[in-house]
Amino acid sequence: MTTPSTPAPYQQHPGVPGYVSPVPLRRATLLDALASEWTKIRSVRSTIWTLGVMVVLVVGFGALIALALRSVDLPEGESPVSLGFVGVLLGIIPVITLGVMTIASEYGTGMIRTTLTACPSRARVLAAKGIVFFLLTFAITLVATALVSAAISGILGGSTAGSVWLGATVGVSAYVALLGLLALGVGSLVRHSAGAITIMIGVVLLPLVMALFMMSEGLRDVQQFLLEYSIPSQLAIFYGTPMGEDGPTGWESLGLMGALVALVLGLAFLVQHKRDV
Amino acid sequence: MSASSVAGMIEVSGLTKRYGEKVAVHGLSFHVSPGIVTGFLGPNGAGKSTTMRMMLDLDHPTTGRVRIDGKRYAELREPLKYVGALLDAKALHGGRSAYHHLLCLAQSNGIPASRVGEVLDVVGLTAVANKRSKNFSLGMGQRLGIAAALLGDPEILMFDEPVNGLDPEGIHWIRNLMKSLAAQGRTVFVSSHLMSEMALTADHLVVIGQGRLLADTSMAEFIRTNSRSYVRLRSPQQEQLLDVLHRAGITAVTAGHGALEVDGVGAEELGELAARHQIVLHELSPQQASLEEAFMQLTAESVEYHAHAQPTEWRT
Ligand SMILES: Nc1ncnc2c1ncn2[C@@H]1O[C@H](COP(=O)(O)OP(=O)(O)OP(=O)(O)O)[C@@H](O)[C@H]1O
Ligand SMILES: [Mg+2]
Repeated sequence: MTTPSTPAPYQQHPGVPGYVSPVPLRRATLLDALASEWTKIRSVRSTIWTLGVMVVLVVGFGALIALALRSVDLPEGESPVSLGFVGVLLGIIPVITLGVMTIASEYGTGMIRTTLTACPSRARVLAAKGIVFFLLTFAITLVATALVSAAISGILGGSTAGSVWLGATVGVSAYVALLGLLALGVGSLVRHSAGAITIMIGVVLLPLVMALFMMSEGLRDVQQFLLEYSIPSQLAIFYGTPMGEDGPTGWESLGLMGALVALVLGLAFLVQHKRDV
Repeated sequence: MSASSVAGMIEVSGLTKRYGEKVAVHGLSFHVSPGIVTGFLGPNGAGKSTTMRMMLDLDHPTTGRVRIDGKRYAELREPLKYVGALLDAKALHGGRSAYHHLLCLAQSNGIPASRVGEVLDVVGLTAVANKRSKNFSLGMGQRLGIAAALLGDPEILMFDEPVNGLDPEGIHWIRNLMKSLAAQGRTVFVSSHLMSEMALTADHLVVIGQGRLLADTSMAEFIRTNSRSYVRLRSPQQEQLLDVLHRAGITAVTAGHGALEVDGVGAEELGELAARHQIVLHELSPQQASLEEAFMQLTAESVEYHAHAQPTEWRT
């Protein structure tokens, strides 16, 4: 007998599997989700744009300020690398934007439905996004802060203690990446890019702005607290130039930000399980 | 082996979805079998997309449940290898290339990256693989969505209105694709609001209206019970003709444009009857009500958004 040239029409038998794929089955893990999120984040232009702008702001502002202050003596005890502060403060904005976009753009475009169809575990998707975003942002910020610290030291000379170096690079980068992670959590809760970015800019700026207007005596304690714990103030701690005397140390602020991130991401996890997509 | 463990079987039982006051899906139960194309038919707003979103665990049912291969969707660790779905071709990030879109989906399910090239080839998008999908035409976007559904070579495929907005060639391609997927023994579940489209592709029909099940039957059965045949008559002597028909015990109903419609009597018999009474006929034609009409009749009470036959008068 010869084999028929066309496949025989499918016969339905009760209990017999309909179609068995030749593609091998392999258990998918968090690592697969990480690979997927890494592909996602590197294949859109907003990542290149936001991180590129961040590097330009951090390195550009630091170098410009150092050049402008070549002939000025720095205050006693202040290390020259602390001049990198302004650039990093501005660089926060693109990092927040990327953090929010990493998740909110999926809701905006509808991609989230495709993502969750491929990986129904909301927890795994959020974890993978968070890890990939954090590591990428930390690495790029570390490169930018190391570059600017080296550039400033090169321009101004002077010596910088090792602990200040560590704070101005690793400490600042970890803090900025955590802040971006907070933005990602807010983006996941709000599901709307512009809304989440606005909230995050408020979180960064509002406490400091409010403190500036609290002139009355009765509010002195609140003002002091806001001055010491506002995000720009906590960032300044890493450069050894805190805005108050009793505020947190650099590692304490990392702990505080870490706790805030854990809280918001935890909330995002809980809320995601209840909501429709 | 119990029915619930048949591979490729989708079971929907007692599914209800409320959005606030609005009940989008109401106590829906049916199952979808492998090896055939099952059409999911209903007018606009009937709840088709909502049902499909609940099948994929995107929306949570208010009550009821969906089982795929006897499991909840969320229990499928690599769902793309079991279920491929195209709900909305625009549900992607337009800034990403077709290749990277498919790659990130493949990676999340541990599917080898080589599958991306294969499915791009199947849908004919290889040449634009590195182009950003926001510049794709409607048809190209639809093909990309189908490529994503085919990535894991799944035993179940779900398509929500896949031919919407496609040109005839695209429609033809999708029809053949669905039939060949079912012929390979896969489960194919496809929604539409066009009966005529379903008549060409589906072997089985699940019809809903306003979230409720209206019919769950084979296509052949649906055609047999729903296609009414009748004879249309037109005559300048309509009064006399009605008289003659009445006396012969035949019921005629007046249709528009001076035509009469008669059920259950052959055209020959009617023609001879008219001739015996010397009545002039301008038309004597056997008619077959289309499936579209049958579908409209079935869903008539449940159509949510009726078009008004006439614009309401402007009162002063
Ligand atoms: N997220 C939602 N919130 C509120 N109401 C909704 C939501 N999604 C759907 N609905 C309502 O549920 C009903 C069913 O909608 P659905 O999109 O499932 O219909 P459909 O059968 O897919 O229609 P179409 O043929 O137009 O695509 C509609 O009345 C719709 O307005
Ligand atoms: Mg729909």
